[in-house]
Amino acid sequence: MNIKIVNATVTDGFGVHEPTTLFIRDDRFSEPFDGPFEREIDAAGLTVLPGLIDAHVHLRDPGAEYKEDIETGTKAAAAGGITSVACMPNTWPVCDNATVIRYIKDKAEKKAVVNVFPIGAVSKGLQGQELAEIGLMKEAGIVAISDDGNPVATAELMKKAMRYADDYDMVVIDHCEEPSMRNGVMNEGIASMEMGVAGIPDIAEDMLVARDIFLADYLELPVHIAHVSTKGAVALIRAAKERGVCVTAETCPHYFTLTEDACRGYNTLARCNPPLRTPADRDAVIEGVRDGTLDLIVSDHAPHHADDKDIEFALAKNGMTGLETLFGLSYSELVQKHNVPLTRVVHALTQAPADLLRLDRGVIRVGAPADLSIFNLTETYTVDRFHQVSKAKNTPFHGRTVSGRTRYTIVGGKIAFEAKE
Amino acid sequence: MEYLKHKDLLGIWHLDPEEISLILDTAAVMKKVLDAPTKKTSHLQGKSIVTLFYENSTRTRMSFEMAAKFMGGSTANISTSSSSVNKGETLLDTAVTLDMMSTDFLIMRHGQSGAPDFLANRVRASVVNAGDGMHEHPTQALLDLFTMREALGQVEGLKVAIVGDCLHSRVFRSNLLALTKMGAHVHCSGPATLMPVRIKDTGARYTKHVEEALEGADVIMGLRIQLERQKAALFPSIDEYSHFYGLNAKRRELAKEHAIVMHPGPANRGVEISSELYESDRSVISEQVKNGVAVRMAVLYLLNLRRNRV
Repeated sequence: MNIKIVNATVTDGFGVHEPTTLFIRDDRFSEPFDGPFEREIDAAGLTVLPGLIDAHVHLRDPGAEYKEDIETGTKAAAAGGITSVACMPNTWPVCDNATVIRYIKDKAEKKAVVNVFPIGAVSKGLQGQELAEIGLMKEAGIVAISDDGNPVATAELMKKAMRYADDYDMVVIDHCEEPSMRNGVMNEGIASMEMGVAGIPDIAEDMLVARDIFLADYLELPVHIAHVSTKGAVALIRAAKERGVCVTAETCPHYFTLTEDACRGYNTLARCNPPLRTPADRDAVIEGVRDGTLDLIVSDHAPHHADDKDIEFALAKNGMTGLETLFGLSYSELVQKHNVPLTRVVHALTQAPADLLRLDRGVIRVGAPADLSIFNLTETYTVDRFHQVSKAKNTPFHGRTVSGRTRYTIVGGKIAFEAKE
Repeated sequence: MEYLKHKDLLGIWHLDPEEISLILDTAAVMKKVLDAPTKKTSHLQGKSIVTLFYENSTRTRMSFEMAAKFMGGSTANISTSSSSVNKGETLLDTAVTLDMMSTDFLIMRHGQSGAPDFLANRVRASVVNAGDGMHEHPTQALLDLFTMREALGQVEGLKVAIVGDCLHSRVFRSNLLALTKMGAHVHCSGPATLMPVRIKDTGARYTKHVEEALEGADVIMGLRIQLERQKAALFPSIDEYSHFYGLNAKRRELAKEHAIVMHPGPANRGVEISSELYESDRSVISEQVKNGVAVRMAVLYLLNLRRNRV
């Protein structure tokens, strides 16, 4: 579609730019041209960002389409101003072979409203034993590998996966939790003690982060740490980066917004893995985003059916929806409340994930795919879990007022989402 | 104050000190009913009390049932072996089914911490927690406080030594909350592997030396050691546990002379408590059972009062 956006104040990972006019011809950003334009958008008073890239999403397709599917998940992404999602391989069947990857790519071609980049499994069946067909999956379109939901089970397997993935120019994304200490259902601490539920200590995360840093250092290869939630992990990653280890990391809005106290009253909506931690951890995560220790902000969108949440706490499934609140929470909590520079947050939502996944996206430049998001930063709204675009309703942010509302989401020159006035 | 603030009794967590006192005062009156030749009141006449127990129990279940019967209530029992639970029905569906049969009180025990909290605002009945996972066992703590008050005059200022598996114990959690709220001092001891990691951040004082916990105590409370914990490598053997932490007559001497010995039962004699101490004249373990009925009568009476008024 040919689109002209006037009065566009672009903010990207480099800074805030002078108002300009943006031109989209078909699916790419273009030099100025005279039209005709199918749409003209006046972005005066709004903020134009390179299309947001969410590098950690569960679309549940194939296998659990009753929770979410590629169509509803990508529509939820578009509503959140996200133009690309990378989806995790813990589907049924598991994304551990090229056939399943091709299914996702084909369905995305037909049904998705944003770009879908599958992430392949590290190990067959996520079992932590043998490597999955990483090369064949790469040919079919994966952008990274991960056993997310589980840690890469052993140091030895992680070593093999990192070396093998490097041959195909991909990074291993690791869900870090010491396997023998994962039996809890929330953070181990005073709240878990008082609620009488089994906890997962923060050091379970730190231990595997340390393991992966050792491996990255030893092999001189990159590693990416998924959803960092602890003060200890932030410190380990910061120190590793300082001495030149090639480690990158991500966190999620819930880790810089909520604490373990959100679980009190057996609130299953606040159950996630890794679990919500303490105020000290939350503060460390915020500082980690501010100084770039944590490179990316991702949603870890984990849709679940009501039956998986309206249940006893210890039986409930882990995870919360996040696509539609990714930007609003990042802006409200980090920029407004804690004065993290907007350009830093935008970098974490655009260029940093593009770099990790080797995507030619994340900046607005002539010739690049025309992905962009337009937000009204001064507009507030109240999260209503019963009126989300996602099939799932499991967000603990229900009732919270956030700033930064999506006005337009443009993906490859098509308007994927447009706010109703 | 005349009645309780909440529809349900989910845990000591939700009670304030005035409510705890109200329950204990009411229980004192109820105990007189138990001692009377004709044990009958009409407070629960026309009320339906269902006990829904997902875990085994002798004393707690019987105690609630007797309490309800003494007050004229109609009781029914659901046990998981003879119900639709075995057909895979969810807890919520089971509870709603019972609720629709005009149940006034749903007394439940469940292996999952928070199961009663989960049901409370989904049913009209008053949910009474009879023990949920490792979370709370509020009527046990209330009967323990009642017993302490009866034996020692008051709860405030008492040194209460709790010895054993605090980590997995709902009795410990409810007692810690109740005793702290009422101004008693809780000292606990046991192997570190049977203590919550953040025990120091609770109101309790932890010591690995059982003697230190018992020194000058007014109340000695043993907790049940579940033998399967040994298989989970939490302690090496029953003998070793008993050697270092078992309550016996010799250790009893460290406490004050008037100190009472308590245990929520069922006890493993010779493991966490010696038979000699169990049966000694300072043991109030049998009295706890009797007080349990009185306290549960008080709880049902007060919750019913609230149901009739609100």
